[in-house]
Amino acid sequence: MALLDIHALRQSFPRADGGEHLVLDGVELALTEGQIVGLLGRTGSGKSTLLRLIAGLAQPSGGSVTYLGNPVNGPAPGIAMVFQSFALFPWLTVLENVQLGLEALGLPEPEIRKRALAAIDLIGLDGYESAYPRELSGGMRQRVGFARALVVHPNILLMDEPFSALDVLTAETLRTDFLELWGEGKLPIKGVILVTHNIEEAVLMCDRILLFSTNPGRIISEIPVDLKQPRNRLDAQFHDLVEKIYVAMTARKQSPVAVADRVATIDTMLPRVSANLLSGLIETLAVAPFNGKADLPVLADELHLELDELFPVSESLQMLHFAEIEGGDIKLTDIGKQFAEFGMDDRKKLFQRQLLAYVPLATHIRRVLQERANHSAPKSRFLDELEDHMSIEDAEHTLRAVIAWGRYAEVFAYDDDSGAFSLENPS
Amino acid sequence: MRVIVPISVGGWVRLFSRWDVLAVLLILGFLVFLAEASRHLFEPLTELQSQPLSLDPRNLPEYSARTTLRMLIAMALSLVFTFTYATLAARNKYAEKLLVPLLDILQSVPILGFISITVVFFMALAPGRVLGAEFAAIFAIFTSQAWNMAFSFYQSLRTVPAELEEAARNFRLTTWMRFWRLDVPFAMPQLIWNMMMSMSGSWFFVVASEAISVGNTTVTLPGVGSYIALAIEQRDLHAVLWAIAAMLVVILIYDQVLFRPLVAWADRFRFEQEAGGIPPRSWVFDVLRRSGIIERLTRPFAEWWRSTMRPQPSAMAAPSKPAPKRRNGWVTYLSAVSAFVIALFLLWQVASFFMQEIGLADVGTTLLLGLATLARVVVLIAIASVIWVPIGVWVGTRPRAANMIQPVAQFLAAFPANLLFPIVVSIIVAWNLSPNIWLSPLMILGTQWYILFNVIAGASAIPAELRACGANLRVRGWLWWRRIALPAVFPYYVTGAITASGGSWNASIVAEVASWGDVHLHAYGLGAYIAHQTDVGDFHRIVLGIAVMSLFVVVVNRTFWRPLYAYAERKFRLG
Repeated sequence: MALLDIHALRQSFPRADGGEHLVLDGVELALTEGQIVGLLGRTGSGKSTLLRLIAGLAQPSGGSVTYLGNPVNGPAPGIAMVFQSFALFPWLTVLENVQLGLEALGLPEPEIRKRALAAIDLIGLDGYESAYPRELSGGMRQRVGFARALVVHPNILLMDEPFSALDVLTAETLRTDFLELWGEGKLPIKGVILVTHNIEEAVLMCDRILLFSTNPGRIISEIPVDLKQPRNRLDAQFHDLVEKIYVAMTARKQSPVAVADRVATIDTMLPRVSANLLSGLIETLAVAPFNGKADLPVLADELHLELDELFPVSESLQMLHFAEIEGGDIKLTDIGKQFAEFGMDDRKKLFQRQLLAYVPLATHIRRVLQERANHSAPKSRFLDELEDHMSIEDAEHTLRAVIAWGRYAEVFAYDDDSGAFSLENPS
Repeated sequence: MRVIVPISVGGWVRLFSRWDVLAVLLILGFLVFLAEASRHLFEPLTELQSQPLSLDPRNLPEYSARTTLRMLIAMALSLVFTFTYATLAARNKYAEKLLVPLLDILQSVPILGFISITVVFFMALAPGRVLGAEFAAIFAIFTSQAWNMAFSFYQSLRTVPAELEEAARNFRLTTWMRFWRLDVPFAMPQLIWNMMMSMSGSWFFVVASEAISVGNTTVTLPGVGSYIALAIEQRDLHAVLWAIAAMLVVILIYDQVLFRPLVAWADRFRFEQEAGGIPPRSWVFDVLRRSGIIERLTRPFAEWWRSTMRPQPSAMAAPSKPAPKRRNGWVTYLSAVSAFVIALFLLWQVASFFMQEIGLADVGTTLLLGLATLARVVVLIAIASVIWVPIGVWVGTRPRAANMIQPVAQFLAAFPANLLFPIVVSIIVAWNLSPNIWLSPLMILGTQWYILFNVIAGASAIPAELRACGANLRVRGWLWWRRIALPAVFPYYVTGAITASGGSWNASIVAEVASWGDVHLHAYGLGAYIAHQTDVGDFHRIVLGIAVMSLFVVVVNRTFWRPLYAYAERKFRLG
């Protein structure tokens, strides 16, 4: 029997206009003993939501989560979680934090102490028992997070981007330590589900990787990882897998990122990427060693950007037709190359042209402003319009994104105090 | 740490909701009920003091101890109220709709209003009469402490970090365990700060809560407050000075023995993970902790306490409940109908109470009086701002000065207006001044310090880099104030001014009337009206005065302070 069975899982929230905002749709997943399953996707792919549904911290709108044959409809014993921000209780010492879950189980005092000390020992926290979380470094804090989750001897360990708040070196140490303990069978757990947006991390740790699309979150691809532990990043096979995932995530069909495939409409969600970052990436791409074309994994490595950071930028370049993305590669268009060569004023003009040509929301705002006698319109006018098509937060984000671009391109002005768009620039 | 603004300023989306109406009616209904009950109980209570109060300073230690004890008991009651009321409001979204506006309006009811209405009721409650009077006094002190504590706790419960909440649920903490391990610790620093404020508030009203006089009922409980009242009545300046000294000593002891250790202890509950700033120290706390006495004494209790958090085996076996489904329409409908019926009933009760005695003319009079007091509050806040904002900024940008000023200001905030009566009354009489103007400063006596506190906090929170940048660009003089200092302290100032304004309304009841021996001075205002009706024992007009004052406070909060607060938070909040 599988540890965990997820069938046709769906999660949605009511939207302002009475419709519903779909976060997760049609998720099928089975976790068997001895496996680490990775959920890989960008912000907005609902992977964290999925983790909370499994933990019983939220209730799905449809479908089922079955744990050891029983439906999950509340926090279940035997499913423990490690949090991105550690979620340690700052007023409890390391030992007290670790003991918390055992106290909730109602175990006798000596047993609680014995198990807590054993977990602290196992995870390498010896000597820190009486320290408060604020005295510890990020890596040590997350070790407490692990010890606290492991001490209740859960069957399933859920990890919500557990290494993303740590610096690169610390994260690597912690990952290696975890994999070592897991490989040696020293951890009292039977299966792991790991949420991440770091492709290399997923390939390094998981036996199976599920790729998620965004808005709504759907599983678009399942990639088995058959490499032996410990895995080596420099290994050719490792590299191929990473490349394969990039290709899958940038594929034209059913792609999570191919916004430009569908022609953008007024209600297309826009990523919040600053014009500076866009110019920066164009400049980097234009010169050596890339000379106009780059492999996304290589670029990510070079710029120390994670999936969550690189994709919105490259996607925006694609939307504005400064670059094209295909097969895990990004390539500057002629306009993109031109942009790289221009000075500041010409760049603004070019950006304005592209913005008005390919981002209908910007065009729409400008047209409304031109039509109005006083050439000004309140923010709420456009926000309401957007909220008919997306969640309130997404609408706010999208509008913020178009404001930033519109300001850079001098397509319109916006005054945050009065919340008004206008055509005049302050002079 | 900043003061929490009242709900009518901080919270709501809509200006007034139908829940406000129900809350108003509930409170009015309750006051009316008590007033009715008191009226009938009025006669039999006349004499209760067996042993008259003496102005001999040798009695002061005993009086101080009694006052202290009352305040402690009231504090304990306030904590119980806080934990239950605020928890219910934060956890149950149906209860929340009513409880939050209720708290907001309770906060606006003048503290002395509660005393006037409830004293007779409480005295009838206890057969041993002194005990009843003690109840009344403790209840009065309670009303000066509980509301802001409850609101602070409610705010904290609403802002418990999501991931800690998820962790608590993931590890299946029981409700009881979660409350003591997550909710209370998280709320603790803010709550202790509010307890300190509450304590200052109850000192300010110490005279009124111990020397109670409603109509023919006169209660003088042995305590510092009654001592002050007697000293004023007998024009004994020495006794007034002794009282000031006694108060100073008690407040110092409170600070050193209770609050400082509490603050030092509560430092561990700070949620910010970074170890920034100097942790608060307390020698009492250090001594207690090092000696291990507390630990040894409380161990059995601590063990029992922990055992209450242990889940019962039966509870563990039970399957977790599915999340509640959305309520059916008819449940909402039914509760709306019942709320409406209750509201109608209360309206009828309240209306018939007022109809007995009060005409439209009375209402008109109180509204005019309210306007007079409003004018005073506005002018005083403006004057206090002009004085304290520059001083606060000056002090706040000098950490050493800030550390010295803080405790002094805290003492001054607790300083009862009555203690200044001798000076103020003598001056007014000697120079033949108008009480309408010259009594007013007493109103802001205790509350102006909140402006100072907050401005100091705001000025010391200006990032060093911003100040360095200002110096680097040689921004000086008026430009420095206009572009750097004033915008940076503005949100803090607004919070302080809101507290000061609410407090001044409250203080108007003791400040618009002053006496020194047989000289009695009145100003034209709503506070004096309520004080006068309390003296006469006219319950209809007391309730009317209280209702009108609450109305003024809530309306001013919602129409003036709330937009200003929202603006300040949006525009000037640093970081």
